[in-house]
Amino acid sequence: MLVVVNGREERLPEDLSLMDFIQSKGLAPESFVFMLNDRVLKWDELNGIILQENDRLEILRFVGGG
Amino acid sequence: MEDKLVLGGREIDNRLLLGTGKFPSKAIIPEVIKRSGSQVVTMALRRVDFDSQQENVLNYIPKGCILLPNTSGARNAEEAVRIARIARAAGCGDWVKIEVITDNKYLLPDNYETITATEILAREGFVVLPYMSPDLMVAKRLQDAGAAAVMPLGAPIGSNRGLKTRELIRILIDEIEVPIIVDAGIGKPSEAAEAMEMGAAAVLVNTAIATAGDPVLMAEAFSLAVKAGRQAYLAGPGLTREYAEASSPLTGFLREVQEA
Repeated sequence: MLVVVNGREERLPEDLSLMDFIQSKGLAPESFVFMLNDRVLKWDELNGIILQENDRLEILRFVGGG
Repeated sequence: MEDKLVLGGREIDNRLLLGTGKFPSKAIIPEVIKRSGSQVVTMALRRVDFDSQQENVLNYIPKGCILLPNTSGARNAEEAVRIARIARAAGCGDWVKIEVITDNKYLLPDNYETITATEILAREGFVVLPYMSPDLMVAKRLQDAGAAAVMPLGAPIGSNRGLKTRELIRILIDEIEVPIIVDAGIGKPSEAAEAMEMGAAAVLVNTAIATAGDPVLMAEAFSLAVKAGRQAYLAGPGLTREYAEASSPLTGFLREVQEA
């Protein structure tokens, strides 16, 4: 299935949980902001979410800035 | 004497706001914040780049600091509002520095889009600190829209050129009731002190500290300058004069012959 991650299409296996996807990217969830289809997710929600076709996922972080 | 800056209902003792960009290493940010005494600290929100090492700057900001996420990267009010909402939903609190820029050469803010974003976000309960080009009518509109402060630039972002907009900032300080925070362009502690002597409520400094030879020492230098400038403003500087006025008495000179 196709999922748009940070504006780029990615082909991912069916029934992939969001947490498995995050771990496949080597990311520690607590350091990032996850937004699925324009909704910011709480960290304790991540485990229960299965990615769906055409989902739009944003993985963000706070960086230095003035 | 109590001299606190009140922003968004919070009392702030330290009038140096600190940006966290451009530091040679994030590891020094906690020490920079400590030595600066800053209580309000800015950061930006960006997409993760999966190809490079990922760190979250929030991990380097001590608890107790007020987080001031900026909307850098926004090219219009809609994008700025979206970034602010995401930052709040991500647990950053209610404060936001609005930054709307489409000019890549001088990074001058779009005052019109900034007004629109301020109206929307203030209505949603944000403590809105808009970065703006100093213009009295725009500052009034921002104030009417509910901005907690107005943040005019002293010179283009990252230029370290100082208070090039001095006269326009002076007018804002004179005419606008909400605090005026000089943001961008301040390159040296003396320039921060000058802004404070003029009556600015605070200054926001990033590049001048982050790119100094010793950022920790420079953070302390800025902190001292901001305090000195504020005290000078409160003390009320004496008049300037065109001609000399002796500091010592003009009578009782020790001359050999007394003049008649």
